[in-house]
Amino acid sequence: MPRVHDRGGWPSEELINRIEHQLADWERRIDALNVVLGEKGLRSTDEHRRAMESLPPQQYESLTYYQRWAAGLELLLLEKGVLTREEIDRQMAELERHERQGIG
Amino acid sequence: MSEHHDGPQSHSGPAHSGMDDARLDYYARLTQALEDLLVAKGVCTRREVQQEMDRMDARTPAGGARVVARAWSDAGFKARLLADPMTALKELGFSLPDTTPRLAVVENTHRVHHLVVCTLCSCYPRMLLGRPPDWYKSLAYRSRAVTDPRGVMREFGLELSEGVEVRVLDSTADLRYLVLPHRPAGTQGMTEAQLAKLVTRDSMIGVTEPLHSEPARAG
Repeated sequence: MPRVHDRGGWPSEELINRIEHQLADWERRIDALNVVLGEKGLRSTDEHRRAMESLPPQQYESLTYYQRWAAGLELLLLEKGVLTREEIDRQMAELERHERQGIG
Repeated sequence: MSEHHDGPQSHSGPAHSGMDDARLDYYARLTQALEDLLVAKGVCTRREVQQEMDRMDARTPAGGARVVARAWSDAGFKARLLADPMTALKELGFSLPDTTPRLAVVENTHRVHHLVVCTLCSCYPRMLLGRPPDWYKSLAYRSRAVTDPRGVMREFGLELSEGVEVRVLDSTADLRYLVLPHRPAGTQGMTEAQLAKLVTRDSMIGVTEPLHSEPARAG
């Protein structure tokens, strides 16, 4: 059985859902961030895809497209030592606090 | 705390509807946190990210349609486009940075029909079509474009006769494909601008054929 990302030829009878959603700001942002980091030599398309493929299979399948992108980029930046777990956790907590106080 | 690392777990499917807000917020927040930290460390600037967002917004299938309409109108350009797409695109004024992946243009005829997919993820000729549509990135399309291309095209309203050979092309990070659709009959005498209006995004992916006449204006 191929790995979770390798979908070509997987048995599927699921109809194609042709509804297209308007991208949220953060979705446009994670897309652009990936390109900007690519131009700086910090991320290639293959590296980013490999990072997404290392997510647990259940998570790979249940996340939306750009959620997978965000999770993949986080993994890649941690692996490369560009960011640390502590830095990300701290910033996440900070943003959450701001949101709760309505100043996000 | 493994929750921070893996993100909140959820049992909802990949559809956008019905997703719990907590998970939606988590990844929006994660994106913001990554950008904040990268900016604070001087890895990139907010301006760079914003400019890239704007650049992406500006790229639409109209770019690809312009290329196809030129190829339909000018046999010399078409030959150059098929032989060396990057050089031909520069002729039309497209600015393609060195990081742009290689592009192959494949021609649909009465005998051969090409369909483009990216089975591993979502590689797509963004320089000509903009960001890929949701369905192109879906797990269903990624698997079924390979096992059942004719069935997929039927869902998009395209019924190909058995005599037409179907070729499915799997995109990669380094090589993207643009389908050059077959020019519809009865379009002689149309200007390039009129022809470009017949060239839909989906016809350049290969799931449909171009329109046969200009879409009626709404209203």
